[in-house]
Amino acid sequence: MREVAIVAFAQSAHRRDTAEVSEVEMLMPVLHEVLGQVGLTAGEIDFTCSGSSDYLAGRAFSFTMALDGVGAWPPITESHVEMDGAWALYEAWVKILTGEARTALVYAYGKSSPGALRDVLTRQLDPYYVAPLWPDSVSLAALQAQALIDAGVTSEPELAAVAARGRTAVSSRSGADADDYVVRPLRRRDCPPISDGAAAVVLASRDTARGLCERPAWIRGMDHRIEAHSLGVRDLADSPSTRLAAQRAGAFDAPVDTAELHAPFSCQEVVLRRALRLDDAVNVNPSGGALAANPVMATGLIRLGEAAARIHRGQSDRALAHATSGPCLQQNLVAVLEGS
Amino acid sequence: MTKEPVAVIGIGQTKHVAARRDVSIAGLVREAARRALEDAELAWADIDAVVIGKAPDFFEGVMMPELYLADALGAVGKPMLRVHTAGSVGGSTALVAANLIAARVHRTVLTLAFEKQSESNAMWGLSLPIPFQQPLLAGAGGFFAPHVRAYIRRTGAPDTVGSLVAYKDRRNALKNPYAHVRDPDVTLEKVRSSPMLWDPIRYLETCPSSDGACALVLSDTAGARRAPRPPAWVRGGAMRSEPTMFAGKDYVSPQAGKDCAADVYRQAGIGDPRREIDVVEMYVPFSWYEPMWLENLGFAAEGEGWKLTESGVTELDGDLPVNPSGGVLSTNPIGASGMIRFAEAALQVRGQAGEHQVDGARLALGHAYGGGSQFFSMWLVGCERPDA
Repeated sequence: MREVAIVAFAQSAHRRDTAEVSEVEMLMPVLHEVLGQVGLTAGEIDFTCSGSSDYLAGRAFSFTMALDGVGAWPPITESHVEMDGAWALYEAWVKILTGEARTALVYAYGKSSPGALRDVLTRQLDPYYVAPLWPDSVSLAALQAQALIDAGVTSEPELAAVAARGRTAVSSRSGADADDYVVRPLRRRDCPPISDGAAAVVLASRDTARGLCERPAWIRGMDHRIEAHSLGVRDLADSPSTRLAAQRAGAFDAPVDTAELHAPFSCQEVVLRRALRLDDAVNVNPSGGALAANPVMATGLIRLGEAAARIHRGQSDRALAHATSGPCLQQNLVAVLEGS
Repeated sequence: MTKEPVAVIGIGQTKHVAARRDVSIAGLVREAARRALEDAELAWADIDAVVIGKAPDFFEGVMMPELYLADALGAVGKPMLRVHTAGSVGGSTALVAANLIAARVHRTVLTLAFEKQSESNAMWGLSLPIPFQQPLLAGAGGFFAPHVRAYIRRTGAPDTVGSLVAYKDRRNALKNPYAHVRDPDVTLEKVRSSPMLWDPIRYLETCPSSDGACALVLSDTAGARRAPRPPAWVRGGAMRSEPTMFAGKDYVSPQAGKDCAADVYRQAGIGDPRREIDVVEMYVPFSWYEPMWLENLGFAAEGEGWKLTESGVTELDGDLPVNPSGGVLSTNPIGASGMIRFAEAALQVRGQAGEHQVDGARLALGHAYGGGSQFFSMWLVGCERPDA
């Protein structure tokens, strides 16, 4: 299998509200920064792939505007997933594995601020039996947290500790209301902030990567799996899809020193740590994770970017990056990155 | 290491209609997927991964519907990817699936595209509201009609050419049991006297709004060897994009379309597409796009595409049949329309197109486009393995 590495990563400052800029204006500085890191222009990239959602943007074909920001002229080889950008990275990785591309630009963006995110995300649910009830994302995560507490897997104090770690990394949820319940048993500090933001990475194949980055983050394996949609047929205290993806990505072949987990709710970090068999020796979410910033559709890609950036800086030798999609961790992606 | 050759070993589609009130979205996609599996004589367990595509989620009012469709498509425990590249998505989705096999990540992949347009009103879904756009357009026809007029002015094509395309495609649809619009009483006069919608595009020269799904089972060389029916081999595939609007953009014959076709022909070693390719399934949502794409895809010199149409070359029994299935003009579940083109091209080289089979078809082009004539995806399929 061809070797592929993440050679650059950039992200915006994620903010609660960015009404003064369009999505393209939010994205363009990030694209310029990531391409600047490797000294390439959009036209010199072999393949471009992005992830975003029309439902966040509130209009059909919203990704076409972003393409204007990329500068797709002369025409480029390009694709888009209506998923978190982590899956755009997966598509780009496969493209490089075919040998048809040596470099790829991957980006993702999302503005949650224009709508009511908790309500918007209900539109992802089974349209006949579940969506008409409008069960919001926090309530569903609370069901998961309660299932974990009932199973004796975790407790409210442990969830508080998870949230505190995210807070220490980036102090974003330390307001006076942090202890207030949003939906029992989840308190404000257990829930992600609502964020607008964008992120981008550059991928390169073996020979190209070494010229673009001093210490590329080599993708040793990557896999993703989906579970049943209905929460009623799933064990919410477990994440078999994460475990299977990790296994297929080779995550259990050797210990990792760092893990960037896409856990928007503190209880989900508990589930993921168990599924991924991460012990206290592993530095989990040094970036603060999704509890520190949650630009929906980019949060997963940021996990891959943050893990890669630690390898670039020599702070990690072998890192795991995880991304999720859907209610209560329905779909999960795991990548294993190494510094050599 | 060279790429693994990719074969189409199963094809399934639904009977496309205006409204499938008898099935849910899950029921619709599962119908096409089951037919593709039956064609390949495979079971759900034989599928390694699922790649699904559709146009905007607003068409059904479900955000990222693949999450809810995981069960219906047998994807639980497997990788599932969701592609969205506007109107070209059906084609792009098949290409993303093909790459999984070409890269040897998976051996057998189910790929599917659908749209259940009866859940909403697609024309207004395509008309972006304030503040995104000025309220100047009504649907895709409002966007594309000026570019058709530009083509007519540029080439001096007689204004009768569009109706010839519609008359041909509607007659071809009568030979395709899955086609949506099937009017046995269609006449050229009927097309020419139908109401004008977006000058110069008349009612019978425009695509319908359909509910439908299309599925393909793709596999590697070993999978093709085991397949019960002859496979269609992917000889070349490419995608190209350019911005929606910019100074100097040629809406009549976009550069991205030319580049995409050139890439596919290069991969397949095609020097003269007009002579070497036997049949084309191209994305023609409005009649005049047939002559326009004939030029863009290199089947005719610039300004000459309408002459092929006018002289009957693109008829089912012509020298270069275009859209023997009846095309997008007869069937348009938007997200699936590109994959239907890719599937119909594969049916032709497998010799399984039934009444609309082109005799002796060995190489067929499937073509899709989307957005403001800015997203292109194409594949060329043949009855022989690429390196055989």
